[in-house]
Amino acid sequence: MFPFCFEWAWDMGHAIFFGGFWYAIGILGAGMTYCFLKAAYDTINDNGDSHH
Amino acid sequence: MDDALIPEGAKRCAFPIFMIGIVIVGAVLLWGVYAMFLCWFKGLNQTNMNDYYGFALWIWADLAVIAVGGGAFFTGLLKYIFKVDELKNIINFAVIIGFICYSSALLILAIDIGQPLRGWFIFWHANVHSMLTEVAYCLSCYFAVLTIEFIPNILENRQANKVPFFHHLAHNMHEVMAVFAATGAFLSFFHQGSLGGVAGVMFGRPFAYREGLLIWPWTFFLFTWSAAAFGPCFTLLVTKITERITGKKLVGDKTINLLAKISGWMITTYIIAKIIDTIYWAFVTAPSMGFKLSHFYSNNGLYGYWMLITEVILCGVVPGLLLINKSTRENPTTRTIAIILGVIGVCLNRWVMVLQIMAVPVMSFDTWALYIPSWQEVATTILPVAYGIILIAVAYRYLPVFPQELELNESADAAAQNG
Repeated sequence: MFPFCFEWAWDMGHAIFFGGFWYAIGILGAGMTYCFLKAAYDTINDNGDSHH
Repeated sequence: MDDALIPEGAKRCAFPIFMIGIVIVGAVLLWGVYAMFLCWFKGLNQTNMNDYYGFALWIWADLAVIAVGGGAFFTGLLKYIFKVDELKNIINFAVIIGFICYSSALLILAIDIGQPLRGWFIFWHANVHSMLTEVAYCLSCYFAVLTIEFIPNILENRQANKVPFFHHLAHNMHEVMAVFAATGAFLSFFHQGSLGGVAGVMFGRPFAYREGLLIWPWTFFLFTWSAAAFGPCFTLLVTKITERITGKKLVGDKTINLLAKISGWMITTYIIAKIIDTIYWAFVTAPSMGFKLSHFYSNNGLYGYWMLITEVILCGVVPGLLLINKSTRENPTTRTIAIILGVIGVCLNRWVMVLQIMAVPVMSFDTWALYIPSWQEVATTILPVAYGIILIAVAYRYLPVFPQELELNESADAAAQNG
């Protein structure tokens, strides 16, 4: 799972599999971080007109 | 008692009646939990599986809930990426159903591994050449996506939404939901496909083995396709059941018919591909490995040609045709028959691809391996159903799941008040 795990190898299989995995995790993490920070910013600035 | 939590304007049954229902279903849930702990503390000897028959009822249930839970990713894809705005009326419920299905699948896997303390091994010591490893990763990640998609609906609860931070968080998550939905579609494509790929690459099991494209057997694509085709049928079926139990119209006919139409075309195109795949396998792939078609459907008490015909014709071709035809699609009776047949069809397909594969004799000295699950396996398979009913009941009661509910029931409520 991580390069410091003993069975890790720098080969194409690991690059594709974990490339896709960390890419997806990165998008989810970045998306949620943006949502939390923006929500905190909106709350502090009392931007109460947001609706959906 | 809990009026302050119920969505504004919505009518719900009295709290004691609600609790009676929860307690009844909760008893079934506890039965499953008891069986689950037996499996965890005493081991897999509580099941009727053995070294010869290692994929059994649980794995069928796992594949079936993942397939029917495919309605969430496909509806999300249509709503957020292809901008089919009409589906906004059912997307919340599709996400909740998907959340239940995928959390159930993970729970079943946690029981099935027998050694839950080592559950993290599949992630930490990943075998990157295994389709099952890919399934484990994508399944877990997609469950995270479904949780993210479910959170805004929870935060829109009448009381939670009064907290400014929660209100803004729900709003901001809606704003970027397309990004999460696209990631979910990417993950779903691979884990649905890999579940099919697991069967298709087993060259030692001629009933399952398929040729394919590069490293992916045809079953990879058929599984993804079937989940996208039949998943919406399950969403529609659960919506129908919820409407029947609550005595309310929850989703407008326009939305229902649109999703049914999309599902119908997906089923029809899928079943054409499935028929071509089956014919090629029956007349080219299996004979090249020394097997006649009759070998897979005879000399046993359960698996006959009836199963193939039921899966492909009765529960594949028929629902597809019923749903693409405007008159039968817009008729509530034939539409309901079609979606029930569709759900049975995809569950039967997963049964065949898990259990029949294991049952077919491979060696000349083999016999058919027919297995009966133990009560612990049955209880832990029913457990997710009870859990799903409870979660849907709680979500329906306290969350604004159906945006059209008030509008669709306005006249009925007014009539009840006047009467």
